[in-house]
Amino acid sequence: MTTNTPTETAKDAVKNAAGLPSSVTTADIGKPDNRLSIEKSDPGRRGIAFKNLLSAKQSGGSASGGKATDEVPAGFARKTAPKLPELSELDVVRHYTRLSKMAFSVDANFYPLGSCTMKYNPRINEEAAALEGFSGLHPLAHDKSSQGTLEMLYDLEKRLCALCGMAAFTLQPAAGAHSEFTGLLIAKAYFEKLGDSARTEIICPDSAHGTNPATAAMLGFTPVNIKSGPDGRVDPADLKVHLSDKTAVLMLTIPNTLGIFESRIEEIADMAHKAGALVYMDGANFNALIGLVKPGDLGVDIMHINTHKTFSTPHGGGGPGAGGIGVKNRLEEFLPVPRVLKSGGAYTTDYNHPHSIGKVKAFFGNVGVLTRAYAYLLMHSKKELAGIAENAILNANYMKSRLQAVYPAHSKEYCMHECVLTPPDELTAKGLKTLDVAKRLLDYGFHAPTIYFPLIVHEAIMIEPTETESKETMDSFVETMLAIKNEGASTPQLLKDAPHTMPVKRLDEVQAARQPNLRW
Amino acid sequence: MFIPTTQKDQEEMLKTIGASSIKELLKQVPAKYLYPAFDLPETSLDEQQTARHMKNLAAANTPALSFLGAGAYERYIPAAVKALISRGEYLTAYTPYQAEASQGILQTIYEYQSSVCALYAMDCANASMYDGASAFGEAVRAAVRVTGKKKVLCQETLNPQYLKTLKTYFANSKDYQFVTIPQKDGLMDTDKLSAMLDSDTACVAFQTPNFFGLMEDAHKISQTAHAAGALVVAAADPASLGLFSPPGEYGADFAVGEGQALGLPLSYGGPYLGIFACKKEYVRQMPGRIAGMTKDKDGKRGFVLTLQAREQHIRRDKAASNICSNEALCALSATIYLALLGPEGLKELGLANAGAAAFAARKLASVKGAALKFKGSFFNEFVLNVSCDAARLREKVLAKERIDIGLPLKDLYPALGPGALLVCATETKTEEDILRLEKALRENI
Repeated sequence: MTTNTPTETAKDAVKNAAGLPSSVTTADIGKPDNRLSIEKSDPGRRGIAFKNLLSAKQSGGSASGGKATDEVPAGFARKTAPKLPELSELDVVRHYTRLSKMAFSVDANFYPLGSCTMKYNPRINEEAAALEGFSGLHPLAHDKSSQGTLEMLYDLEKRLCALCGMAAFTLQPAAGAHSEFTGLLIAKAYFEKLGDSARTEIICPDSAHGTNPATAAMLGFTPVNIKSGPDGRVDPADLKVHLSDKTAVLMLTIPNTLGIFESRIEEIADMAHKAGALVYMDGANFNALIGLVKPGDLGVDIMHINTHKTFSTPHGGGGPGAGGIGVKNRLEEFLPVPRVLKSGGAYTTDYNHPHSIGKVKAFFGNVGVLTRAYAYLLMHSKKELAGIAENAILNANYMKSRLQAVYPAHSKEYCMHECVLTPPDELTAKGLKTLDVAKRLLDYGFHAPTIYFPLIVHEAIMIEPTETESKETMDSFVETMLAIKNEGASTPQLLKDAPHTMPVKRLDEVQAARQPNLRW
Repeated sequence: MFIPTTQKDQEEMLKTIGASSIKELLKQVPAKYLYPAFDLPETSLDEQQTARHMKNLAAANTPALSFLGAGAYERYIPAAVKALISRGEYLTAYTPYQAEASQGILQTIYEYQSSVCALYAMDCANASMYDGASAFGEAVRAAVRVTGKKKVLCQETLNPQYLKTLKTYFANSKDYQFVTIPQKDGLMDTDKLSAMLDSDTACVAFQTPNFFGLMEDAHKISQTAHAAGALVVAAADPASLGLFSPPGEYGADFAVGEGQALGLPLSYGGPYLGIFACKKEYVRQMPGRIAGMTKDKDGKRGFVLTLQAREQHIRRDKAASNICSNEALCALSATIYLALLGPEGLKELGLANAGAAAFAARKLASVKGAALKFKGSFFNEFVLNVSCDAARLREKVLAKERIDIGLPLKDLYPALGPGALLVCATETKTEEDILRLEKALRENI
């Protein structure tokens, strides 16, 4: 894995072939061109111009009342020009094309990231969302001008209700965490309307995503942690200890972050309801249930979906996603506004909901993302939806069964859509950690699994293949994991120094946090 | 199509697992919950049918020549922006937690943060938030955290969508006091502001241009707030910042904005881009992701996500916010947009907007029965007062001429009367477009 230093002549050849600018010296060859856009800036260059420049003077009219001038009044004008790059269009295209090649993506790499559901993002979704009729529509456009989008949103909500067994859905939240925020606000409004102000606690298992307690705290609730039982499930006895007339919501991820279904959900939901609490389902792992199980049947009162997980919308390097909150009947009046209504074949936006929590963002929601999710749903019948979950579960169990002989599994049961493994003793004996295995995987072109999560499993390696990966890809990943174990056992340094083939070696995160350099 | 597993693959995999069927893999799910009845279609569409269906739906939207603004603006999106963000490498990447395999994404975030800092003249910025309204809510939350005070002064002419969102960001709680600073002639009444500020005030939160399109005297507002010991949270339209003072020049502590203005499609309200920046002393109060420059172990420049001790996946209930994602692809659009424009292009964009709006204002104010409502300077939108009911006029002109004349303000600001109309003209509007609007008003008022 060592890189040979190219000879000077070879460097010149590389430089000529790459058409690098004269500012790049031959000494830079062999190193990645990691200059920032601003470092490529050449004063006077332009990437785009605006020539449609109207002015008040041209108008010929005279204003009746009010000033209509395009001159910036004294004291309001910007003093110093912003330090932005000055580049030609080609400079910009080449810069960002080059950077794009320094990134893993589902299009190019397998991403077995547990709890992230990195499935393939169908290209028809992109084409649909980019249709001018959708993308050019102003959020305050008259309802009469927006019938296509409103019909889509209405039907999407309806399909999600059917899929989840819920009475109503809002599509306003922009992401999963934003959905949790919306869901807990709805719970808060519900208890306020009941006059039950004593319910200040949110119970989450210790296997929960960090967003669950963070959301609870953000809304002024007190998060209460319950310990997972030895099999990774909620222990009803422990839950009983923590449930009280102070409990507002029991938040569960189903299946949980260990990839395990809460088999005693009926009893658990029943206990929560008897204590007067609501049951919230974090739908991050809904890919395991789609078309197989309706969360509404499990006693769930509020749940969220992540379109960028279950419904194939792209992750975009960290967003935008889109969320959604489904609720049972008695909670519908609290959903954010506007709601989409249908009457007599026409669709309207409706703000008249006095008990609504209000708005969690401006306008409707991440409609461009929802459009992609809708296209995906159109392409799946009832049976095909179940096929998503079935194949996600099959794939996860296949990988688990092939890997667990070497990488011990946290749970001996069959898993749902993901499984949690741990590093083998042969590696830990050499001082190697999950992180070293993860970094070595990058050298083989595989994105690392989710690591060190859930927090309750020491050195966790959390694997979720999704239904869109083939047996060959999974086999290749498994062989690589097995090879890495052998490499680590014989040459531990190879793993400790990994990755070797990426644009950079391991990075100094301590320095990054101690002396933050966050901008040019 | 999307599932590659054949019958044969499935059999082989089940054999390896040692299970007889997929059903067996589901035994931890109580049988009564499995395969319930779903009220969903028995059949699905193929790709071609889906494409047609979506095309028909898109065609059922009947966009008009639109003069709507009010927080979302029609923009020309350069072809290079669209081409670059469609690259699968960007589109289908995950959050760059594995830094070595995500240097390209991380560098674009660093460049985004830098561009935002340059544009807003602020010390630091995060990797972006959901939209302008939620960024505004988070900024006021940060100001409340920093000061430990619970009273927030907001301008009367704040975008009502922002105000609603702000309240949910405080859990609609009665523990916090949101006080409205009245407007006078469409602008914040700074004399009243002075009188309202007290030692319990966490911050003065305002936007400029304000909801009526008018440029607030941000320098004066900021000085007045700071003199009373309150922080300043300013929301500024990034497209205006090539011409107008950025928040850093008037000393804002937190600056936010709706990044949709930087080359993102309208898409009926999202996905947009929440711009969030602050003074350096508050960097550890910033919510959300932040990328930083560092070195690898060979001393080579590299980028990582940093200051993660503020975030939910580390701090859980002690985190600065619950936010877990950013609008990375939208931030990338904005970064590329700004790189194409550069400082000169940004100024030109500002002039194109201000020019179109000023031209429209002059033309429309010359129509009988129409006049500008306020005297102040505006950027790319303004309130026009018409002598009839603006909402009815909008319906009429939309039906007859396929022109959306703007947003009637009666429901949001009843005090302005039934004739108040918020009209916006950005760089996308030509002389001909504006003359069409003028004619339509002339004929229909």
